[in-house]
Amino acid sequence: MKFIMVPQVLGQMFRKPFTNKFPAKYAPASTTNFLADVAAGKAELIPPIETPENFRGKITYDRETCIGCKLCIKVCPTDAIEYIEENKKIKIYLSRCCYCAQCNDICPANCLKMSNEFLLADADKYAKDLIVE
Amino acid sequence: MRNDPLCSFEPDVGRGKFVGWNVTVRRPGRAGYPVDENEKFHIDGEKISDVDVSLGHVHRAVEWTGMRRNPIQILYLAERICGICSYCHPMSFALAVERAAGIEVPERADYLRVIQAELERICSHILWAGVAAHEIGFDTVLFLSWQMREKALDLTEYLTGNRVTKGITMIGGVRRDVTKDMHPKIIETLNYFKDNFEKLRKIFLEDKTFKMRSQGCGILTKEDALKLCAVGPTTRASGVKKDVRLDQPYFAFGDLDFDYVTPDVLTGEVNGDVYDRIIVRLLEVKQSIELMEQVIDKMPAGEITAEPKIAKLLATLKKVEGEGVGRMEAPRGEVFHYVKMQNHEFPYSWKVRAPTYNNILPWIPMLKGEQIADIPIVAASTDPCMSCTNRVAIIKNNRRSYLNKEELHRLSIEKTRRLRA
Repeated sequence: MKFIMVPQVLGQMFRKPFTNKFPAKYAPASTTNFLADVAAGKAELIPPIETPENFRGKITYDRETCIGCKLCIKVCPTDAIEYIEENKKIKIYLSRCCYCAQCNDICPANCLKMSNEFLLADADKYAKDLIVE
Repeated sequence: MRNDPLCSFEPDVGRGKFVGWNVTVRRPGRAGYPVDENEKFHIDGEKISDVDVSLGHVHRAVEWTGMRRNPIQILYLAERICGICSYCHPMSFALAVERAAGIEVPERADYLRVIQAELERICSHILWAGVAAHEIGFDTVLFLSWQMREKALDLTEYLTGNRVTKGITMIGGVRRDVTKDMHPKIIETLNYFKDNFEKLRKIFLEDKTFKMRSQGCGILTKEDALKLCAVGPTTRASGVKKDVRLDQPYFAFGDLDFDYVTPDVLTGEVNGDVYDRIIVRLLEVKQSIELMEQVIDKMPAGEITAEPKIAKLLATLKKVEGEGVGRMEAPRGEVFHYVKMQNHEFPYSWKVRAPTYNNILPWIPMLKGEQIADIPIVAASTDPCMSCTNRVAIIKNNRRSYLNKEELHRLSIEKTRRLRA
């Protein structure tokens, strides 16, 4: 029997693990409570791995420059965008969004951008965080 | 097998960006590896005496949905047909629409398309290698190869902004450029693959256990491969020289220097067994690395898309009348998209034929005469992509019984242990 794996195993023992233990070394029982603790300064958050450039995260919407042309609604593959007739602006439901950034490309006023924010999981799909307007 | 529905939304979980829509759309999508199928194995003791495959129609759902969306929206729907082929499906749809509309793609875009296509092939083949090792109970190799795949995913994220559903396709070009300052990262990743390729080759092609399980197992003869229209690595492992990249060059493949990968390149003979299919896939990883290097060297300057104004592109596509076919060599074989446009916002018809559809029938000659414990590795060797194989029916003494995936996997591991003992 040959021991070809031995160098790899020994090397692995002394190397720092590749896994980034986000958000804490041990998974908290309740993420919400953990985040509250972090806000109060009681616990420390291990930051996530940095996102690369041009990452497609949460959409940001510049309400002022929007001209209400409805082009984004036309290309959105998931019907995530709603048009508000009264003020001729849009409302984006991130719970439907597939983060393809197609609306960013078609927008003639450049009012839609992708940010780096990606922690968007929520039990409530109409949560305040998941609606951009 | 690669049929775990979880694997299709793994990427977005990784970034925590996992929200409702992805899951629901992939539901039709997961069966929309356009095969919903079901196998029946007739067995005699431990031996399989007959195999019966029936293909379903669940994939029609995705095509039907597509007929109510404009071509740009379909790009993202097509992306969700398969989580691993999330580039070749929208791209061959784009090829079909370009053919129908007569859109001329700029040269630089053609080269950029090759980069993504080959990166996807590397990703898919390495993933497959890990799954194949897992099927025979060799889980350390699964982790070793997926560690390499992680680098490929990181590069995908760097180039496209997403890890799996790349969203890089646009009708008439690509959506994102690869600039000069991005080259070092690509070359660094390619060098990493080259350094680690030897390790992978040694494990898969020289390891005793692997050889015992794969040599002379699941044989597909050249005649059967031709007769049953097998595609991709499955057919090349049987010695059939069939590769869309060379037979009908698309993108910039016509300008690049490469050749058909058949197992005789390495061993000097063609057996058409599982071992040969492993050889072909491993050599293709190497070939893809070389192709990517060639593309980076030769990249011409110019536009990355034929029509940068998407609103104008949509207006043009609305007036198109005609039909088009898009063919591409996906990691698993030839993928085929047919589109008919009839002067309307939505296509009149859209038909998808994924490679697994062709590679299912070859299972019959491959599995006849093999043992039940060989089903997982033989089936996995064609790189099937569907989620409905969770159960197989076994007819024994005319009594029907079912084996689920876990049961089959257990039998497969037991056989490996038996052979080693």
